[in-house]
Amino acid sequence: MSATAVSVGAAPAAPVPRPRAGGRRSWAAPLAAGAVTAWLSAIVLIPLAAVVVRSTADGWASFWAAVTTPQTLAALSLSLGASLAVVAINAVVGTIIAWVLVRDDFPGQSVANALIDLPFALPTIVAGLTLLALYGVRGPLGVNVAYTRVAVGLALLFVTLPFVVRAVQPVLAELDREMEQAASALGASGATTFRLIVLPNLVPAILSGMGLGFARAIGEFGSVVLISGNIPFETEVAAVRIASQVENDNVTAAAAIAVVLLAISLALLLAMGMVERWSRQHDQ
Amino acid sequence: MTSRYALRAIALGYLGLLVAGPVAMMLWATFSGGVASVWEAIARPAFLHALWLTLLIAAIVVPLNTLFGILCALVVVRHDVRGKRLLSALLDLPLGVSPVVVGLALVIVYGRRGAFGGWLAEHGVRVIFALPGMVLATLFVCIPFVAREVIPVLREIGTEQEQAARTLGASDWQIFRLITLPAIRAGVGFGVVLTAARALGEYGAVAIVSGRLTGRTETLTIHVEERFLAFDMTGAYAASLVLAALALTIFFAMHARRPAPRGGR
Amino acid sequence: MQTNHRCLSAPLSRRKVLLALAAAGAGPALATLGSRPAAAQEVTLTLVAYSTPREAYEEIIPRFQATPDGANVAFETSFAASTEQSRAVESGLPADIVALSLEPDVTRLVAPGLVAKDWNADEYKGMVTNSLVVFAVRPGNPKGIATWDDLVQEGVEVITPNPLTSGGARWNILAAWGAQIAQNKSEDEATDYLRQLFAHVPVQDKSARESVATFAGGKGDVLLSYENEAITAQQKGEELEFVVPPQTILIENPVAVVTESAHPDAAAAFVAFLRTPEAQRIFGKHGYRSVVPGVLAEFDYPTPQALFTIADLGGWPDTTARFFDPDNGIVARVQQR
Repeated sequence: MSATAVSVGAAPAAPVPRPRAGGRRSWAAPLAAGAVTAWLSAIVLIPLAAVVVRSTADGWASFWAAVTTPQTLAALSLSLGASLAVVAINAVVGTIIAWVLVRDDFPGQSVANALIDLPFALPTIVAGLTLLALYGVRGPLGVNVAYTRVAVGLALLFVTLPFVVRAVQPVLAELDREMEQAASALGASGATTFRLIVLPNLVPAILSGMGLGFARAIGEFGSVVLISGNIPFETEVAAVRIASQVENDNVTAAAAIAVVLLAISLALLLAMGMVERWSRQHDQ
Repeated sequence: MTSRYALRAIALGYLGLLVAGPVAMMLWATFSGGVASVWEAIARPAFLHALWLTLLIAAIVVPLNTLFGILCALVVVRHDVRGKRLLSALLDLPLGVSPVVVGLALVIVYGRRGAFGGWLAEHGVRVIFALPGMVLATLFVCIPFVAREVIPVLREIGTEQEQAARTLGASDWQIFRLITLPAIRAGVGFGVVLTAARALGEYGAVAIVSGRLTGRTETLTIHVEERFLAFDMTGAYAASLVLAALALTIFFAMHARRPAPRGGR
Repeated sequence: MQTNHRCLSAPLSRRKVLLALAAAGAGPALATLGSRPAAAQEVTLTLVAYSTPREAYEEIIPRFQATPDGANVAFETSFAASTEQSRAVESGLPADIVALSLEPDVTRLVAPGLVAKDWNADEYKGMVTNSLVVFAVRPGNPKGIATWDDLVQEGVEVITPNPLTSGGARWNILAAWGAQIAQNKSEDEATDYLRQLFAHVPVQDKSARESVATFAGGKGDVLLSYENEAITAQQKGEELEFVVPPQTILIENPVAVVTESAHPDAAAAFVAFLRTPEAQRIFGKHGYRSVVPGVLAEFDYPTPQALFTIADLGGWPDTTARFFDPDNGIVARVQQR
């Protein structure tokens, strides 16, 4: 997607003009496009539109009232703050892990590499349960972080671990090392070489991993629900707040909070699309 | 050299504390009560039904989403249709939607008090608290995976071969089957693996629409929570273990199929 | 425990359905799968219950299946917060029998015609079990909790579920309020006590069962709990003790057959079985107080100084409006921050 796409310069930025001979294209393309649009609308767009419509079913005033109750604001700001913190940690540690997996060489490296995908593969509820097994009240370490904000952070770190690592890894693997070698031959320290030569090449990948991780963290539910205790004003995240509003038969308020989350995610995805296009242009 | 060891220690220590440690602990906790009690837990009909239902949902969702994922990728990359960018944004949207919001959306549309749901209920069709709702929820959360894997591959392979084939008089279907499909196979395979992993493990979206009827609408992930609340940690861990085993199978498939390194996914 | 045998007996036919489905694609075909066709002489009953009697029903159901009425009856069960379950049934969760924490959660189903108007006209007034609101505390009762006043001492954390979803939470609130009245305080003082009490509540879980899980996870000093739930938690190996407060409320849990049931006779037979001494003893074993006097006498329960009922507080319709109206009920008012 980003830097490495240069290897196939053939990838057409603008579609190559096609001969429209035989008229086959003329129906196949719109048909496929129509089918895909219909499918996406039925599964994704209509339900989400219904949430947006429902959120203002009782008017804007009640929408505003629903998202500004102290408890909801606390949940939203916890989700936002925890997601930002987690994404920042991921950016640093994820890059280190990617570096160690690509540039280092030690026995068991492939196991470590495999571990990265585990959070993608493991169901979220199981993720929460495993963290609870080690860091909960009956954990063998004697630390009990259950029902604290630390637990929320741990759960979010777990589920977002792969994003930055998997984004940075391939870029790092394909990076031309001649520049680095030249720099260190000229006497630059390892840190300086990394900062001036390697890091700038990694930034788009890191940003993309952070963006995906943030989008995941802000709406996370399954991994948080067992370990956080869902304590209002303390450890209740936005998704749990929405779920509890649904259970309280307060669907309109739930929809209002959902719309706020949707708006944040949408803005983020748009920004990521812009970053991606920008970096693709810079590659060419 | 020391900084290399320091970085290695940070990376491995982090992975150990966050992933390997907790997973190892869960394994240990599962079997601390003996193998027999684990066997008892997974021989329970409630567990077996949950497993069956989970596999059923995956078996419906994975083929459907694979088909539409490939089609989406083709439309986004190959076809020159208006609104393409919107389409590809829409494709990414589920990545940014909380599972809870997915469940909520389905309740609003298909719930008995929703406009459409009311009409369906009159005609005896139950969506919420039944399989269709759970399938719809899983379809939603799994939509992006195949297309997101196939789109970059399609971009990379370009259209030269396809055009050559067209010049030689091949039909669209022949081109797709003989040229495009072999080229994207690895990408599709990885997308299928991701889709299956998510479909088997989805919790939040499904939990809201399932009604949690043990023996009827309880999936494995919901069963894990149900056992947890029944103070049956062995049952919860055993079900988690089966989910983890399924995940691990998928995850080895992932490593076998992970396409050659490319830009960030 | 075992609640559905059929899923094992007919996997083949469903595999066929799956194939047909794969052929037909998505769409309305999915809907037919939600409701499985019933086998010839087999009946499946769906029991939708509140969160705490899970263990009792897991034992009672096999006993019922061993009786002539219960032979060939399979069960599907769902246990969650009482009011949440009631709303779910109202909005389409299929059920043959509802066993809820408190009467209003059944009454809610009368208006939409899901439960018969005369559901509580039997000799048990529709009830199936009784219990008390008690204080569950840490082993050895380190904070020395004995009375309602002890709950609002400095530094005491009280765990109780959310009254919007949980029946247990409503019983807890009524017990706390009624206990003040029983101590000859005024209604205003009792309401003020609730306000103080909620200042000590850090978390309100969705259901009574989740509250126990929270307490067992190490949160809080006192758990306001059903007596039976505290006993069940002890039986499951959770480390807690419980104290019966000097003044408390008698909890009465209803059960009813859902009118939409496809098997009303089997459902009614099951409800009748729940009132037999055999089933009542199982409830008793799991900490419930029996509604059948003969069985009640077989168990040795602690007796509080003052035990009052919902009738003493003015009955459910008035109490519900007065305490639990989401906008201006007493609970909504005392919880405002």
